[in-house]
Amino acid sequence: MIEFLQQLIDGFSQGAIYALIALGYTMVFGVLRFINFAHGDVFMLGAFAGLYLGPRTLKLFGAGPSYIGAAAVMLLAMLVCAVIGIIIERLCYRPLRERPKLTVLITAIGVSLFLENFGQFIFGANPKSFPELINNRAFELPEWWGQFSALTITISQVLVVAVTLVLLIAMRHIVLHTRMGMAMRALSFNPVAASLMGINTDVVISFTFGLGSALAGAAGILISIQQPSIDPLMGVNAGLKAFVAAVLGGIGNLPGAALGGILIGLLEYIVVGYVSPTYRDAIVFGVLILILLVKPTGLLGSSEREKV
Amino acid sequence: MLEIKNLQVRYGTIAALHGISLKVERGSIVTLVGANGAGKSTILRAISGLVPVADGSIEYEGQPIANLAPHKIVARGLAHVPEGRMVFANLTVMENLLMGAYLRRDRAAFPKDLDYIFGIFPRLKERRKQTAGTLSGGEQQMLAIGRALMSKPKCLMLDEPSLGIAPILVRTIFEKIIEINQELGITILLVEQNANLALEISHRGYVLETGRIILEDSSEALRGNQQVRECYLGGE
Repeated sequence: MIEFLQQLIDGFSQGAIYALIALGYTMVFGVLRFINFAHGDVFMLGAFAGLYLGPRTLKLFGAGPSYIGAAAVMLLAMLVCAVIGIIIERLCYRPLRERPKLTVLITAIGVSLFLENFGQFIFGANPKSFPELINNRAFELPEWWGQFSALTITISQVLVVAVTLVLLIAMRHIVLHTRMGMAMRALSFNPVAASLMGINTDVVISFTFGLGSALAGAAGILISIQQPSIDPLMGVNAGLKAFVAAVLGGIGNLPGAALGGILIGLLEYIVVGYVSPTYRDAIVFGVLILILLVKPTGLLGSSEREKV
Repeated sequence: MLEIKNLQVRYGTIAALHGISLKVERGSIVTLVGANGAGKSTILRAISGLVPVADGSIEYEGQPIANLAPHKIVARGLAHVPEGRMVFANLTVMENLLMGAYLRRDRAAFPKDLDYIFGIFPRLKERRKQTAGTLSGGEQQMLAIGRALMSKPKCLMLDEPSLGIAPILVRTIFEKIIEINQELGITILLVEQNANLALEISHRGYVLETGRIILEDSSEALRGNQQVRECYLGGE
């Protein structure tokens, strides 16, 4: 029982990170109808932004690790990633806007390979240890929790879930209640109609890339707080899993991406705990195949029907 | 208000318009009639910036607008109700109307404009909380027109407003088009396959055939024209 709960806790906090990355996939899919396979690598760049900017930023807020310092590092990494995401779209995807979607998709894979190899070239291929942004330790669970006090819950786990929740709520607000969010939704329903409403689609697409990439940047910092060893290929696996999460939830559907992320995280840890860590990735990608076979629209997605 | 000279549009290597020239006077209703594939919709799409103009000029209120981005053209007061209506099916009727006002900053004036639209299309008022996808074709057409009106246009372009709509509603919609033209003073450029109806409500008409204008005259004269009667009005 305790063991199962422990897997759920660990899986939930890992899933929160997948959820943040998955949102970027799903948002870009929503407005452009293509999968930005370079998204996982933007997540990696977020972690490296933290590696390089972290120590200096922390110093501004006192010597050691601090929450406010960690928050500043995360915001900086989000900003860096947003800019990178916007540049990638501007340079690599926009010139191909009128081309078949397959062209853009293959370009995205190219961008992904470029970032991974460029990352190894610049940062070195060896794992780097991530600076300590907060004093991460396990909470002392009170005695009256009885047998549950044997659980391990770390500060970083709580932080990851809390930050993810805040970002999800902020995202929801942006999409549902701001002018830009309205434009994003219009664009995802019908790009031609959106432009006839006076929406500057280029600006909205840039904004979408910026927002999605910022979330990936935040995820890059959060994962590095939990597992403080980062390398230029860390985005490959995490990115693919977040992609599976987005498809599981229903690609193009924002709450679906969040749900899918959490489910994939939980599944992963249950497999690790009860089946075998070896099958962890195989089972997650098995889910992708299964969902595509059984319910390609995902858990919360709906098939698009148009009335003519 | 709108003057097009020698407009040419190509889809790939295929020419869709071979030098179209036409003029829309302020306050008038002008209609483009012609068979399927004659290039009527392409003219509207070129004016609103949805397809690139290969050659020729488009002047709106004396300013060249050819090849401007669609959102910049809307901002000048030229609204386009596209073929197939393109309402936002997942949004409510109200949200669709507000989307039409995307560029406007004068939120205080919205209720008055909404009242006017609900006045001409009471059906929309009844259904304002429903998602647009649940509306009938005719209701969606009303919504598409209402949405375009929310941008406060000076000129409204309508592409096949009668397409796929119950005949009983077609009449209503055309009556409302006249009303919009007369009461709001909005200039109207209408593309329509139902040439009978279109020439009945318009002041001037252009007849298109395979990307060229073959006839232009006052609508009244066109309705009396033997060739037009035979080819487009189903007359003897």
